[in-house]
Amino acid sequence: MRLLTHNMLASNIKGVANGFPLKIEVGQVVEKHVDLNPEFLKNMFAKLDYKVLVEASKTMGYADLPEQAEPSMLESEDFLRKLNHALLELHLEEGALVCPETGRKFPVNKGIPNMLLHEDEV
Amino acid sequence: MWYLCVFYHRLLDYRKPEVESLAELFGAFKEDPENKSLEWRLPENHHPDSPFHFVNLPSEEIARNVANRSILVKGIYELWGEGGSFEELEEAIRSYPDERKLPYLTPESTFRITVDSFGKVISFEKQKERIQQLSYIPFQGRVNLREPDHKFWLMETDNYESNNGLPPIVQRRIFFGREIGAADRKLLPTYQLKSRTYLGPTAMDAEMAFLMANQAQVKPGKLVYDPFVGTGSILVAAAHFGAMTMGADIDIRVVRDGRGPDCNVWSNFKQYGLPMPISLLRADNNLPPWRPGLKEIFDAIICDPPYGVRAGGRKSGGRKLLKGVVGPYAVPDDKRTDHIPSTAPYSLVECVHDLLDLAAKMLVTGGRLVYFYPVLRDEESTDINFPEHPCFKLVATCEQILSFRYSRVLLTMVKIAPYTEEIAEAARIKHLEFRVNHLKWLEDGNLRSAVFSPIDTHSNDSGDTKSSKLKYRGKYV
Repeated sequence: MRLLTHNMLASNIKGVANGFPLKIEVGQVVEKHVDLNPEFLKNMFAKLDYKVLVEASKTMGYADLPEQAEPSMLESEDFLRKLNHALLELHLEEGALVCPETGRKFPVNKGIPNMLLHEDEV
Repeated sequence: MWYLCVFYHRLLDYRKPEVESLAELFGAFKEDPENKSLEWRLPENHHPDSPFHFVNLPSEEIARNVANRSILVKGIYELWGEGGSFEELEEAIRSYPDERKLPYLTPESTFRITVDSFGKVISFEKQKERIQQLSYIPFQGRVNLREPDHKFWLMETDNYESNNGLPPIVQRRIFFGREIGAADRKLLPTYQLKSRTYLGPTAMDAEMAFLMANQAQVKPGKLVYDPFVGTGSILVAAAHFGAMTMGADIDIRVVRDGRGPDCNVWSNFKQYGLPMPISLLRADNNLPPWRPGLKEIFDAIICDPPYGVRAGGRKSGGRKLLKGVVGPYAVPDDKRTDHIPSTAPYSLVECVHDLLDLAAKMLVTGGRLVYFYPVLRDEESTDINFPEHPCFKLVATCEQILSFRYSRVLLTMVKIAPYTEEIAEAARIKHLEFRVNHLKWLEDGNLRSAVFSPIDTHSNDSGDTKSSKLKYRGKYV
């Protein structure tokens, strides 16, 4: 699971008001190279919760992202590379996503987050 | 300018919408964004199912891009002449302006003439004869059969499909033109399902998957989502055209495990050297796990929803739970990690409702939702009610007949209006209504029994059903 996905997901358990952001429980992180695609990154940047991305990438062991970012920084290749690395190259291969309100763990195995709810959560 | 557009004689309903979608993708409507339709016309005495059409496109460059990217266009040609006989053809070609012809006939260029036919076979000798008859065109270049600068086509049709006393779809006509572009059908053997490593029972046929990607106007830099991803066959086509992809499925075995480390959804992308999906996840389309406030992130949603004929849909919540027979099963704490939640059948109506709601929220304005919708075939009623949504405009419906009883229609919808609070609230109420009246909706939307139940022989006089079969149904091909 890449951090772009993490940025989009929330716990949707019945009754949970604040299911975002999910806490990351790291089991195993892998890095896979992704070619820089500035157009795509610019497109996604507008939709991101950037603060959540910074925190998440720290949890995954990558602390090079600047704390604050604004659209003008997308012109800098250095920033694009960092964004690309945090957003697309870091994978949570094993671990879990934890609901911030209930502590319910959504397991991540073989890179696939299992977001399906149990019977008593729907 | 008008071009001759010749189609492969298959998936007839899909041909013009594909050209229209691609024309828009390559900028044909930039001048006049209000009127997003192309002008079409048919050769004399041709039925709309004819493979020969004329289409008006703004430039040769757009015509080339459309033809090269399409799946169903055999070729787009600059027509130099046409006629009902060779004499008429000669007259037409002779009177076609020299300034259009001469630049392609120069001594330093190379060329090739192909003789083609529809509905008949022309022997090799006859083909040679036909080419030699064209000597009134002042070709000066050298012939190069492999990689010519200019490709010319002499296409001939006989009356076709005139059996059963029905009118023919084409009448004899001869066309001569210069090729602008043609579909790359080599894609299809490359991506054909029989050489795909990981397949499921309902994997989307490669040709159809490419057509869906074209309807969705997929291009590099776009993000495409499939909420019923299965083995990823639709996303493979989208990735081939350069899109970033995401997929979800309720069945964890399909998305996570596949059939082993080298036979899963990821390996299907690796097989063709395509970029891996941005993400695959296990999620229920009935209760999507997207964060509040996330919207307008996908450029296209392409999918084949499980409508219960070959594979049924499932959603969260056990069957008994939704019937109200038992209270929710409380999972013991020590079993929570590995617990496999029970699921309930997902009716078609609810599935489509959820899909439209998701698309309305998550698509960018101008983004496209492309999906299959099943239709029971009834000879009497012709107008079908397709799903509607205030955020969407239906731009294309392409039917593919699957059996005597039912067919599926590929719907292409464009998001034209923002997802407002009122629409969200209406969707929430509808969602609850589906939960409360779960069983009623399942019965109403039970397509499988409508398709597979035995024919009621008493209600029909035996002769009637047979005679209706004889009607010309071009869409069968």
